[in-house]
Amino acid sequence: MTLFYGTELTSPLMLGTALYPSPAIMAEAFKASGAGVATVSLRRESGADRAGQDFWSLVSDFGVPVLPNTAGCHTVKEAVTTAQMAREVFGTPWIKLEVIGHTDTLQPDVFGLVEAAKILTEDGFEVFPYTTEDLIVAERLLNAGCKVLMPWGAPIGSGLGLNNLHGLRTMRAQFPDVPMVIDAGIGLPSHAAQAMEMGFDAVLLNTAVAKAGDPVAMARAFGLAVEAGKAAYDADPMEPRDMASPSTPLIGKAFLE
Amino acid sequence: MKIILNGEARDVAQANLAVALEELGYSTAKIATALNGNFVPASARASTPLSDGDLLEVVAPMQGG
Repeated sequence: MTLFYGTELTSPLMLGTALYPSPAIMAEAFKASGAGVATVSLRRESGADRAGQDFWSLVSDFGVPVLPNTAGCHTVKEAVTTAQMAREVFGTPWIKLEVIGHTDTLQPDVFGLVEAAKILTEDGFEVFPYTTEDLIVAERLLNAGCKVLMPWGAPIGSGLGLNNLHGLRTMRAQFPDVPMVIDAGIGLPSHAAQAMEMGFDAVLLNTAVAKAGDPVAMARAFGLAVEAGKAAYDADPMEPRDMASPSTPLIGKAFLE
Repeated sequence: MKIILNGEARDVAQANLAVALEELGYSTAKIATALNGNFVPASARASTPLSDGDLLEVVAPMQGG
């Protein structure tokens, strides 16, 4: 049983709430996925239309923990201020910490990430840092007080899956007791299942569901995939081998020459 | 006085943040505020004065990944 800052999730799927064709489809997809966490964000609110208030009433009905993000923040100051605002609005110490370092790849600025993580954990936040598979950065994040790590699978929104299997496997092996979430780059349920089969504790995705032709059906597929992947990991998969090995016993085979 | 609310110039009569938010239509809304780039907790709004030219950001829950 994996605990994320003391909380057990009802499903290892963390699902984003953005980019859906409509709020109604988002809500239906979320329920179909059975996801255990909803990721949310903060944006400027107009006193006249109050769009955020309707969104919030939809998400609070899901009955799962929300994980606010600092998406779009490029500096430590921006990320920290956004986190402080998120804590007040959503009433949770959880923060998906993103400090973006590169506009095209949305690669995290890991130096800013470590600095922001330190400031936020000292201020009582429970930080979910969006990072790379770099082991030294992971170590620094843990030293900064993070108790969860969220390495990327591939660039945000790319749908490429797990780009660096060796790096992710090494990271998993290096920090066996740290809850780890594959965040970003997941395109297909098989990618999510693969992450779970490798022993990651959860996957976080958004675009793969929201931009599918049928988001509700895809949400369900992802829900099934993470369950299958987790069950497979728990069942201790066989070791692959180079040569064939017959599965049907040869003893007792009829002599027919 | 003139302040910049979420990037747009607005006139407000009140010189404290809590009352200005009411005036700007945010009463009872689930929001958070930052003044000139610094977070202002809800509990500190009534004791936070506004000055001409201040940059006020007001944010609310929104879709996110």
